[in-house]
Parts: sequence; structure tokens; C-alpha cells
Amino acid sequence: MTTLPTSTDRKLGLVIDLDTCVGCHACVISCKGWNTENYGAPLADTDAYGSDPSGTFLNRVHSYEVQPEQGEAQLIHFPKSCLHCEDAPCVTVCPTGASYKRVEDGIVLVNESDCIGCGLCAWACPYGAREMDAVEKVMKKCTLCVDRIYNENLPEEDREPACVRTCPAGARHFGDFADPDSNVSKLTAERGGMDLMPEQGTKPVNKYLPPRPKDTLSEGAGDIDILAPYLEPVAQEASGFLGWLDKTLEKF
Amino acid sequence: MHPAPSVIFFTVFSGIGFGLLTFLGLGYPAVTGWTAFAFFVIAYLCAVGGLISSTFHLGHPERAMKAFTQWRSSWLSREGVCAVIALIVMALYGAGLVFFGQRWGLLGLIGAIFSLLTVFTTSMIYTQLKTIPRWNSPLTPVMFLSYSLAGGALLAGQVKWAMALIAISGVIQVVLWMQGDGALKSSGTTLATATSLGNRGSVRAFEPPHTGTNYLLREFAFVVGRKHSMKLRIISFVLMVVLPVLLLAAAPFSHGLALLAVISHVAGALASRWLFFAEAEHVVGLYYGKR
Repeated sequence: MTTLPTSTDRKLGLVIDLDTCVGCHACVISCKGWNTENYGAPLADTDAYGSDPSGTFLNRVHSYEVQPEQGEAQLIHFPKSCLHCEDAPCVTVCPTGASYKRVEDGIVLVNESDCIGCGLCAWACPYGAREMDAVEKVMKKCTLCVDRIYNENLPEEDREPACVRTCPAGARHFGDFADPDSNVSKLTAERGGMDLMPEQGTKPVNKYLPPRPKDTLSEGAGDIDILAPYLEPVAQEASGFLGWLDKTLEKF
Repeated sequence: MHPAPSVIFFTVFSGIGFGLLTFLGLGYPAVTGWTAFAFFVIAYLCAVGGLISSTFHLGHPERAMKAFTQWRSSWLSREGVCAVIALIVMALYGAGLVFFGQRWGLLGLIGAIFSLLTVFTTSMIYTQLKTIPRWNSPLTPVMFLSYSLAGGALLAGQVKWAMALIAISGVIQVVLWMQGDGALKSSGTTLATATSLGNRGSVRAFEPPHTGTNYLLREFAFVVGRKHSMKLRIISFVLMVVLPVLLLAAAPFSHGLALLAVISHVAGALASRWLFFAEAEHVVGLYYGKR
């Protein structure tokens, strides 16, 4: 059914820490690897070694520059995948019932054998979380590694999404947002977890933690370390040829 | 949005086809026998031809029957259901006119209502998308319905209705163009809200996730025709509205001029529908610093 459940027993999702993400794209690669080798149609690459390579990815890492009114610009790496929205517009538009949101854990999935590949769910998603596979012609999306998190054939520490398991910086966290004492609920509460495009009314489950302000290059340079004054450059003026050039040009 | 030719042909021709079926269902023109047969063949060629062409953009058209199941929530599914009901009811009504010389008025009225509902459900597929602010407007269904009725009146040979409806659809189209130009801005969705980083400073897309292109950029960030959009709007408006109205107004009325009016109107409608897709900005483009 492509009507949304009024509520779900659990709300599984991710917390992505923009303060910690180093932009290494390891989550992108582990996601592509796991989801090509396991559940569902593989994630195709077309013209992989040619002049116009393109491929299906369920997770992509953007990088944004944020320039505050005062202070230094900050570079923020921004992983983006399905947010498993509570009010998922991609589900209700599906004409065949292939798209659905699970009542037991809130994961948004596609039943690939029912998908006619019309693409309307990708149109309805504001986040670009759904991609039509160029070879299989069905809609692909993040499954929250539904074939890992409940998989008793895997060691317990591997029963989390591949992107979370692989993140070397610990920037991704997986858990149940319906439980106020879960790791993800606490992180969201303490660090001020944010929704993407709240005005679209999708009520995303995944939350993003804001980056902490970092650069203070232009102020308080002396406070870095008590030894810092000893590291000040001794000769401040240019010498030699550049010194001569500097003096000569000053005359004009 | 990528302007897929199959969807452009589908929306224009099925719109005109169902518009003609609406007029036939209401008894304009009041025809029976072979004349009625000719009108119904044209209407079904447009409506069914459009529906078939819409399946060309499906990845798995062999599963299309499943699309009738989700009418409770999906406008696309409702469109399929309405189209099938309209086509079956109008086939029975048409059989009465063609073979028995009888006009079953109630059946025609039901067929006309479902024909218009089909066009309305088509328009709602686009209107419902908050992700595409240009389409997310109450005027979008009005535009689709006015196009359908104008084209229908033209093919039904209802000259006065056609002139009025073509003029009305032209006005609605111009208003929708003007309103649409500011739609993304007034939707409030920006790169700042998309990244939720807007309260920290001005956000700029620094590096995309991949050096190459991808499905999202091909499908949603289509920018090829936008620089010509003003010229195309004028061409479309002249072909769709100005020429047909002048040709119809030219006395005395002749079938040759009417045919020219139809060709001109359809060409203009196709150009306008191409713009409908090509000019539509999907908010996902913001993540890539595009629109």
C-alpha cells in the first residue's frame, strides 16, 4: 500500500555529524559495494571506463563552503542519502504500491518486482535520494541496509548500515529515534540535530548535527599556546632582492 | 526537468482527445452514424495514442497493469483508472450513436465527466509536487483543463467555443508563465534550507559528489533550452492562440483553414508543454548549485 502508516513502532534512521565528517567518501563506496552485492538489483555503472562514466549511488557526499558575515569560510562535507521521512512524498505518489514505509521500523523501501520505473517517486523526493538504475530500470534507494541490521548471520558489530560501519571518523550513527534514550535521540537533543528542507513538510527521520565553529585565525592568535610567542617570525621585513624591490617600489 | 518527448506527446494529445470526448459526450456536435464514427476515431486516436506513448518512458511497461491498484493515494494511479472508465463509457455511448443512431445522454454525460477527470488527474500528477514549485500551483490544473477543452472544441468544430476557450487558455498560460518565474524563490527552499547551514553564513556549492553526471542531474537539472525560453514562449503563444483564433475568425469558414488552425494550435501546445518541463526547476538542483 502506498498510503503512509499513521505511526511506526520504531523510527530507525541515521544521525550524520557534519562536525566530524572528513569527506573521505568511504560511506559512498561501502554503500555501493554492499548494495551491489546483496539485496535487490545491483547498482549499475555505465561507461565506467569511458569518457562519460555514470552510476547509481544511494549515498553521495557533497561539499559546501559556508562564509559567515565575519570570520573565515568553512568547508563542510555533506553526505546525503534517504532520510526515511515520516511524511514521505515518494511513497504516496507511487501508482503500483512498490514504494512503501514499514510499520515496524519506519524504513522506506521499494519492492523492485512491482516497480514500473515511472520515476515519479524520484520527482517527489526533494533530496535526490532516489535514482533510477540505468540498467535494471527500477528505482533504487537506501534500504538502511535492511539486509544487515536484522541479519543474524553477521557478527553483532556488523548489524548496522554499511555506511555507519565503515565511517572512519565516526561521523555516522544508527539507531531508533522513537526511543528517547537511544544514542541517536541523545545526540540529536544534545547537539541540536537539524532537518533538511523543513519547509517541504516531509518530516525527515535522519538528522544532521551542525558543525562547530572552527576557524579563529584572525583573532586571538597569541592565545594558542604559551610557547607561541617564541615561534613568531624574527625578521618581519623582506631582505635581499625582494627587500630592494620593496624599497624601490615604495618610492614611486 | 528533462522534457521527455513521450510525456509531452502524451499530455498534449490525450488532453485534446479527452477534450473532444467531453464535447462529443455532451452532444456537440450532434452527429450519428459514419460522421460520429469519424469523430470518435479521431478522439480515440488522440486519447489512446497519448496513453500508449506515456508507457514509452516506463522502465518496465510490462508491469503497467499494477498501476491501477493505488488509486487511494496516487494521482498517477487515479489517472489510469479514470482514463479506462472514460474510454469504456464513451465507447458504449459512441456505439449508440454510430450503430443505433441513438444518443444516450446520461451515458454521454458520465463519459464527459470522466474525460475531464482524466485530464484533471493528469494535471494533479504535476501539481502535487512540492519539489517543483513552478508546477505546485492551483493554476496548473486550470491550465491543463483549459488546453484540453480548447483543443476539444477545435476538433469538435465548435468554432465560437474554440475561439473563446483558446483565448482563455492563452491568458491562463501567460499568467502561469509569469507566476512560475518567481515560484522557486517564493517557495522558500534554498541551498540554505537544503543544507540547514543557512544560519551560519552564505552557503555555496563547493564540490559536487562526482566529477561526472548522474541520474539526478540528467532528470532534474535540465537547463539546455532555458536561455531561449522567452522566444519559445512567443512562438508557442502565436501558434497556439493568435493564429488559430485569426484563422477561425476569417470569414467565410472553411475546412482548410480549420485544419490549419488545428495544426497550428497543436504545434503551439507542444512547444508550450516542452517549456512546461524544460523550465521547471526541481529543488534537488540546489544541492548541486544548479536550478
